Amino acid sequence: MNVIKRASSGTMESSDVYVEIEPAQSGLEILLESVVKKQFGEEIERTVREVLSEEGVESASVRVVDRGALECVIRARVETAVRRGRGEA
Amino acid sequence: MRRSMLFLPGNNPNMLINAAVLGADAVIFDLEDAVSPAEKDAARILVRNTMRYMDLSGCERIVRINSVDTAFWQKDLLAILPEKPDLILLPKTGSAEDVLLAERFMDEAEESLGLEKGAVGLMPLIETALGVENAFAIASATPRVKALFLGAEDLTADLQCKRTKESREIEYARTRLVVAARAAGVDVYDTPFTDVNDDEGIELDALTAKGLGFTGKASISPRHVEVINRVFTPTLEEIDYAYEVMDAIEEAKRQGKGAIALYGKMIDAPIVARAERTIAMAKALGLERRA
Amino acid sequence: MTKLVKSIREVIELCGLKDGMTVSFHHHLRNGDHVLNLVMAEIAELGLKDIFVNASSLFDVHTPLGEHIKNHVVTGIGADYISAGLGRAISRGIMEKPVEFRTHGGRPADMARGSSPVDVAFVAAPTADPMGNCTGKIGKSACGSLGYAFADAMYAKKVVVITDNLVPYPLEGFSISEDFVDYVVQVDAIGDPKGIVSGTTRITRDPVGLVMAETAARVIDASGLLTDGFSFQTGAGGATLAAAKFLKEIMLKKGVKGSFGLGGITAYLVDMLRAGCFERLLDVQCFDLDAVESLRTDPRHQEISAMHYASPVAKSAAVNSLDVVLLGATEIDCDFNVNVHTDSQGSIMGGSGGHSDTAAGAKLSMIIAPMFRARLPIITDRVTCISTPGKDVDVLVTQGGIAVNPRRADLRDRLLDAGLNVVDIRELKEKTERITGTPRALPRGDRVVAKVISRDGDVLDEIYSIPEMK
Repeated sequence: MNVIKRASSGTMESSDVYVEIEPAQSGLEILLESVVKKQFGEEIERTVREVLSEEGVESASVRVVDRGALECVIRARVETAVRRGRGEA
Repeated sequence: MRRSMLFLPGNNPNMLINAAVLGADAVIFDLEDAVSPAEKDAARILVRNTMRYMDLSGCERIVRINSVDTAFWQKDLLAILPEKPDLILLPKTGSAEDVLLAERFMDEAEESLGLEKGAVGLMPLIETALGVENAFAIASATPRVKALFLGAEDLTADLQCKRTKESREIEYARTRLVVAARAAGVDVYDTPFTDVNDDEGIELDALTAKGLGFTGKASISPRHVEVINRVFTPTLEEIDYAYEVMDAIEEAKRQGKGAIALYGKMIDAPIVARAERTIAMAKALGLERRA
Repeated sequence: MTKLVKSIREVIELCGLKDGMTVSFHHHLRNGDHVLNLVMAEIAELGLKDIFVNASSLFDVHTPLGEHIKNHVVTGIGADYISAGLGRAISRGIMEKPVEFRTHGGRPADMARGSSPVDVAFVAAPTADPMGNCTGKIGKSACGSLGYAFADAMYAKKVVVITDNLVPYPLEGFSISEDFVDYVVQVDAIGDPKGIVSGTTRITRDPVGLVMAETAARVIDASGLLTDGFSFQTGAGGATLAAAKFLKEIMLKKGVKGSFGLGGITAYLVDMLRAGCFERLLDVQCFDLDAVESLRTDPRHQEISAMHYASPVAKSAAVNSLDVVLLGATEIDCDFNVNVHTDSQGSIMGGSGGHSDTAAGAKLSMIIAPMFRARLPIITDRVTCISTPGKDVDVLVTQGGIAVNPRRADLRDRLLDAGLNVVDIRELKEKTERITGTPRALPRGDRVVAKVISRDGDVLDEIYSIPEMK
């Protein structure tokens, strides 16, 4: 299910990631900033897409500001943002 | 074996990702006091993921959920139970009814989520005067209760006294909890020592807890873990004595004797049971009997 | 005779500085230094080109160098350490000639060998007299030790002392003496005291850092070196400082009377001196106000030159009498080679300083570093840049275990006997990558932007440019 409102999760602290999600017309737009983009950029984007797909989000605009978060943290923050964006929180 | 239990704030990735390497026998992922109301949802998912994806081998996983008088505890359990925590720490437990309320919900959740029934134990956190007075009833409320846990910070507030390093104010609660837990046949854990810079203080406090009969002790600082583990590890003298007890038992059996004595002291069932526990713990820690 | 000259510009002319020559600076004023910028601005004004700047270290306060590089005023740089801001510009390729990185011991050694000649040394001095006797211990810009400036004064063809506190001749308690000095210039301010020395550096409060620090202290305790006469150096990073605090507790508990603390001196080493852990402090650089104050007032706390500290061509250097040194790393590889020059993006943000000098000299050189920083494992297959060769590194302490260089089986056995968690470095690397994932290798640019010159004068490694991200 797509998000119905703008929502965010996470922090800019080291080892965390800040995720902002908002409704979009069609498709997924992912904007990634990361301190480890060279080393893990593709993995991070794949992780974000996986969580969105598991949550059934088909269209959304997502901004990810990563401060070196591990994969399980990224997954948690994206899921939290999606749930908040659906008004589930 | 749980000598040390380390609290980790549930919404702090930097701490959670180091859970496995800080040396504690158990970590307590905290969804309660360490997490602001606006972040309860985020912490719940983050802790769930930490448990799901991080290798915490060699370290037990305990989750402190929110208390049963909040809007959060049921959601906490639904998120956490599938990750098979070793224990749920149930804060502000005042009575057996609180435990039964949690247990009923856990029963239903396990049913609906298709989880093994009764697999996850409960550890009531006793941190009110009422909880201390009801300690035995709480400890024996259901087989799910595996241990009691003393929380001195909230307790002293409830008692309207000051929390001090000397801890005279919690002497009654400590002994009461140990007696209640042992009477019910469960473990019992001592409150954290909160001055992270007082290295002598933590050692004395841990020795006091061990001396009173606590199974282990919680900590809010990774630096306290090593001291607590050391204090709650059987000494070489204790290990030697435990083996001597078992040898004496063997010898008595061989000779067909009933009553036996070691160093002039009668060896009876509780002493044997303690010796067995000591040996089991020594084996788990790779400690051996001296020649 | 008078050595006093009215202005920096005049003194540059008097020294006969020409295109293609080398000027040198010390870094005791750290990020508060005004002198390098003042001098280089005049050199640019005079229209000189192709100058080589040999500085013991460069900080972000020196970013105006970037302009001088663009304008070909400066075409060569030598330094023992370059901080991140200027380092990034160099890594992006603003220099045509590679930067020459040396060590704190290698820099004076190369001056002595003649392989790194200096035409004019500009010595910032917090207090000086008109003949050039000078010290860093007093004055409004006091920085404590002037350890790194001695070689410049001894080996440069011309030596200029620049001070903002000119006192009558002869200055009491000078560090560098007039017999080396050609000219003295008085200016309004040689630096900004706020950037020169920090207040007391706080030890880390990060729990992982504290766990590592405590482990490090236990490794020292178990090493067999912690006996009367013990000597010790520690970096100023949070975890290494915390280790000094734990070490102090062990020394006091056991009644160990150490001989000396060495190196860049912080309040924590001063504290250990006062507590009786050491008889002496040998101070090549002061990191904080407590260290400056102690150097000024406590005769047991002595200033030493960079040659005395670490030069491989000195008849003897203090690092060779050192028992234990605690050091940091941005990367370490399975052969124990350590990188302290570049950051996780391959960009210059540091340098050896005394890292490889002390690692080579000390009986036990220990690296303290977390298993990973911001998802990047500390242990790599091959470090981006070898700052200190693995043959000089004995042990790595992380929160997930202690890796001992296979060369040091004796040490490994001692640590195991003490019940410490000793692990193979490859296993530690795999354990870390199970947590972080395996990072993609960093893309490397095609130009060499810096050469790392070992303390013996050979090229140890090369640092490549960082490619712009697409």
